[in-house]
Amino acid sequence: MTFLEKKKIQVSRRGFLTGAGGLTFAIAVGPKGLSLVSPAQAAKTGKEIGAWVRISADDLITILTPAAEMGQGSMTGVPIALAEELDADWNKVTLEMAPADPNTYGYEARGRRSMAIVGSRAVMLYFNQMRTAGAQVRKVLLDAAAQKWGVSAAELSTEPNMVVHKASGRRMSYGEIASFARVPAEMPAVSKADLKKPAQFRLIGKSVERRDIPEKVNGSGQYSMDVQLPGMVYASTVHAPVQGAQPVSWNDAAVRALKGVSGIVKLKSGVAVVADTFEHVIAAREALKVNWRSGAKSEGFDSVVTLDKTYPKIAADKSAKTKQVAKKGDPDGAFAAAAKTYKADFRSDFAYHAQMEPLNGVARFNADGTAEVWEGTQAPGRSRQLIAKALGLKTGQVIHHQMYLGGGFGRRSNTDFTIEAAEIAREIGKPVKMIWTREEDLKFAMLRPQTLQCLEAALDKDGKVSGWRHCVIGDGGNLTYGGIKLDSYYGIPNQDVHQRGPSHGIRLKHWRAVAHPFNLFAIEGLIDEMAEKERQDPIEFRRQRLALTAKAKATFDRVEKMSDWKRKRPEGRALGFSVSERSGSVGAGVVEISLDRRTGKIRVHNVWVSVHGGTVVQPEAARRNIESGVIWGISSVLKERATVKNGVVEQSNFHDYELLRMSESPETIEVDFVPSEARPTGLGEIGNPFLSAAIANAFHALTGKRLYHMPFTPERVLEALKA
Amino acid sequence: MVAFTINGKPASVEAEPDTPLLWVIREHLKMTGTKYGCGAGLCGACTVHVDGKAVRSCQTAVSEVGGKQIKTIEGLSPDSSHALQKAWIAEQVPQCGYCQSGQIMKAAELLASNKNPTRDEIVRHMDGNICRCGTYTRIVAAIQRAAKEG
Repeated sequence: MTFLEKKKIQVSRRGFLTGAGGLTFAIAVGPKGLSLVSPAQAAKTGKEIGAWVRISADDLITILTPAAEMGQGSMTGVPIALAEELDADWNKVTLEMAPADPNTYGYEARGRRSMAIVGSRAVMLYFNQMRTAGAQVRKVLLDAAAQKWGVSAAELSTEPNMVVHKASGRRMSYGEIASFARVPAEMPAVSKADLKKPAQFRLIGKSVERRDIPEKVNGSGQYSMDVQLPGMVYASTVHAPVQGAQPVSWNDAAVRALKGVSGIVKLKSGVAVVADTFEHVIAAREALKVNWRSGAKSEGFDSVVTLDKTYPKIAADKSAKTKQVAKKGDPDGAFAAAAKTYKADFRSDFAYHAQMEPLNGVARFNADGTAEVWEGTQAPGRSRQLIAKALGLKTGQVIHHQMYLGGGFGRRSNTDFTIEAAEIAREIGKPVKMIWTREEDLKFAMLRPQTLQCLEAALDKDGKVSGWRHCVIGDGGNLTYGGIKLDSYYGIPNQDVHQRGPSHGIRLKHWRAVAHPFNLFAIEGLIDEMAEKERQDPIEFRRQRLALTAKAKATFDRVEKMSDWKRKRPEGRALGFSVSERSGSVGAGVVEISLDRRTGKIRVHNVWVSVHGGTVVQPEAARRNIESGVIWGISSVLKERATVKNGVVEQSNFHDYELLRMSESPETIEVDFVPSEARPTGLGEIGNPFLSAAIANAFHALTGKRLYHMPFTPERVLEALKA
Repeated sequence: MVAFTINGKPASVEAEPDTPLLWVIREHLKMTGTKYGCGAGLCGACTVHVDGKAVRSCQTAVSEVGGKQIKTIEGLSPDSSHALQKAWIAEQVPQCGYCQSGQIMKAAELLASNKNPTRDEIVRHMDGNICRCGTYTRIVAAIQRAAKEG
């Protein structure tokens, strides 16, 4: 089945709202945020509405899912909470992607509504509103059944897709109710007391199969790369090697003369070639010679020299512009009164997202003036707005089709690639599939910033950590200091945390867990060093010298036990520990490593991680997501390094930007969740931040040497061994 | 014009002889289960079978497959019933899923010649296929399950 045929059999949004037979529950935004309303009520108030849940007479339930699916399982995990409170039979639930309309389908955060699936927030932020909606729909069904049977709704209970009157033994399916009931003019309100108690959960905390997986084992899952449109042409953009440089001129006639080439489009930051097939696009790309305007900000930027020479100068320069990230107590006083102080510097390199699906977008313009785009995006609402703005259209004139994401990791909350596709489609007047080659994706990458981190700690006369100074130097503002605050796991009374950094003109972006991986590397590296110098077991040091939060304490205790921390490992093996933290969740991890002292290659054999993530809505999916994070963490810490010379990213494909392979992966990864009934917190990125320090600390346990610069490439490991 | 058999059906395409088989399969024949990952034979996302052997379709010119039997993920089974596909679902292997067609096709080549591979044999065979989401431990488990449950 082609994509278009498939689209046709999907229920349109309008059909979904007004479809004959059954019950449709709309959603509306009121003064108290989001709530379910009847379509009639919504029409009356004129508020923005959209369908949310539909129950058909044949007992099938359709739920719109607002969460981008990039492998983290949120497409399934978010609507589960609604199905739970509705007491739906999950086998009768169909999911459809919600339209890119955050005012209707977005969660509320910081006073704004957003559909951005970023920062591990999908389940966390949608959880309560999904539960409320499910409970409202269930109430409507109960009331309708009570009326039909002439009994009080209080006498009724539900089983999956079934209302039950225990006293008389009568039962009625949700589908039967849907065949006669009407959605009331006013939807019933529900309070917290109407929601299920955790002991009553049938879906939350149990594990269902992810809905996207069957399509991902037979090739039918549709990514934007797979979209086929009638009359579609192909395009690819060539961007300046020096990031940010603009095109001036190119060998236009020569490229246009090539077979199949139908157009060349000048874009803000590149030149796109258009042809009838993608192989012709590739040939045109190779033939295209562009003159780029000189003077881009990144021109002359050398990442290695900057990290080695410039950043230390900035760190030492007391007059450098400084952003205070956290200040607590009297840090200067704590250091003045300290019985002992420790300090160390840590470095981290640029890193690339390397999502498996190179960035691409599909776009066409319709006769009615609307633009239609197909993309896999983490932020469909914002994307739609940005595309409209770039095209000079109203947001409503952009029809947005959300596709599966072949990896997101923060890169796909921006939509620069789909904007290019839309601009090319407008210029060419034909539907376009625009694909960046892998080389383009990497050369024109948005990188995780490189950093230098200078840390100092003070111990008071009792040996407790009383003072803390942490300065991160790097470009990218919060991309460098997200995850630098340690209050959710350690209590240190006096702190001075700040950031400094020049702007290099290099494209930067959120990267899985943003700044947590390199900040934790520094924080947990220094703490491990203090434990060593104070001659104390690393976990015990943290327990006694740092006031652990309850979440940290629970995960430390559990991972200590899981990993059998105190047991001596065989010759050539050693353990390392680190805390992990992200989006409200706290974790603790232990790795067991070995080292090939001849080649400098570190191998991680076993990983144990305990996570406090509140209520874990889908434990099996969450477990796999954390395993994914662990592998991601090992990959980035041991191998991944992007460098920039003269403004040009030096790497171009997976031969020089290497990712972890199966033979380099751990034999076992054990993931544990601290039992909790608290609101869910983020789990998508708790898996990777701890690997940096845990591996470095294990390396010290094995060799007596410390690693201060991530990634721990074989060259750096050999150098550290010689030190 | 090049003619070959794909998933049991005859096909012929008009393309330059050096056109990568990948783009022929994806964009000429519109069978999009086979993925573009690197275009340089480095990641394995484009893995298909040519006469039963797993190849990188991005590194295979269409002229090389004239008269040959090609199998893609769409042709592995008519209804996702191949032991590997069932095992992939049972183990809930995919994350983003983009590399998984290539992973499954590569694994299918292994099981076709080795009904009961050891962990080491699996790792050696699969090592060329990158999974950025890091589903490697689950891939190993799924191949072991498929071997057992056949």
